[in-house]
Amino acid sequence: MQLRTRALQTILTEKGYIEQAAIDELIETYEKKIGPRNGAQVVAKAWTDPKFRKWLFEDGTAAIGSLGFGGRSGNHLVALENTPHVHNMVVCTLCSCYPWAVLGLPPLWYKSAPYRSRTVADPRGVLRDFGVALPKDTEIRVWDSTAELRYMVVPMRPAGTDGWTEDKLVELVTRDSMIGTGFAKSPKDLR
Amino acid sequence: MNGAADMGGMDGFGPVVQERNEPVFHAGWEGVSFALNMVTGVARLWNLDAFRFKRESIPPPEYVNLSYYGLWTRTLELMMLEYGVATPAEIEAGRAIAPFKKAPRAVTAAECADMVRCGSPYNRPAPSPALFKVGDKVRAKNMHPKAHTRLPRYVRGHVGEVVRIVGCHVFPDSNASNLGEDPHWLYTVRFDGRELWGEQSDPTVRVCIEAWEPYLEPV
Repeated sequence: MQLRTRALQTILTEKGYIEQAAIDELIETYEKKIGPRNGAQVVAKAWTDPKFRKWLFEDGTAAIGSLGFGGRSGNHLVALENTPHVHNMVVCTLCSCYPWAVLGLPPLWYKSAPYRSRTVADPRGVLRDFGVALPKDTEIRVWDSTAELRYMVVPMRPAGTDGWTEDKLVELVTRDSMIGTGFAKSPKDLR
Repeated sequence: MNGAADMGGMDGFGPVVQERNEPVFHAGWEGVSFALNMVTGVARLWNLDAFRFKRESIPPPEYVNLSYYGLWTRTLELMMLEYGVATPAEIEAGRAIAPFKKAPRAVTAAECADMVRCGSPYNRPAPSPALFKVGDKVRAKNMHPKAHTRLPRYVRGHVGEVVRIVGCHVFPDSNASNLGEDPHWLYTVRFDGRELWGEQSDPTVRVCIEAWEPYLEPV
């Protein structure tokens, strides 16, 4: 695949469609600039600012946009609220749609056949693969990204974080907690 | 089409396996494959729906055996052939073979940065009022088009409830075949897990999808 990919790059370059700087720009952007830390800032703000939280669940695109995140795979964003009674999980059964603007590019498992095939039919079984167990009566809402809407989960705020600043709370927000295959870290996980 | 991409509800793929400290790209060529597909999008050589249609048209045995970015590279190769960007001889040789038509100009790094910053919204002005409202019961049509669709097989024929009117969005079924954007109302529809997977399945599960109006019928 390395050779086949390079062949396509060479043809597109020789025919004048692309230049190396454009390729480098995109790789650097998604390797270094856009990642789950964006989403973690959204979550930390939602945990500390009730007005922002309300706005986030009413109009995710605008609220998240106010923090400077949006654009590619982030033009239509929806935030999902986890509560003691409802747990949300995000999947794309048809391909690999994912909220790049807030989480960066997806991990391999998110794009893999096991996750895509099983999450809509057996979300608890998938959660077991992540070592996550929910109470029996918790409602599980699975969101299959079949259009250009992109979902992110706002996990529950961990106990023992009263009075924490947004900056400190950001450290507790994991990528998986924003996909719905994990929880936010607890303060003792940071030690 | 009922291709390998439509995986929801299939059995036998095994457990979800995570990788510790996973890099964004596992090899240099994966980043290049990703970037080439973004750049060809910026160059407007084809639209995203047409790209997805081509990817899901890859025969199932090949589709499931390609790595993730291997699938992207293979799709790009097929798109370049279909849209006349490369000939089979050029793909084979790995270089442009004269005489060839040169692009008017190359996509720049600044244009790529703009694309990342601005994205490409899919909402469009509505040509008519929405047929359904929040709370309506709807059935996902039992349809099996040979061209592109974003209605997964596992919901077809099943009844759900409209929980959100998203807006009027580009219709991928049309756009993928280069028949125009043909915008339609888009809804979030929620299905009860047992409606989809039977009485023995987990009663706490709800599954939501986005569905364009032509995918739905009133109940």
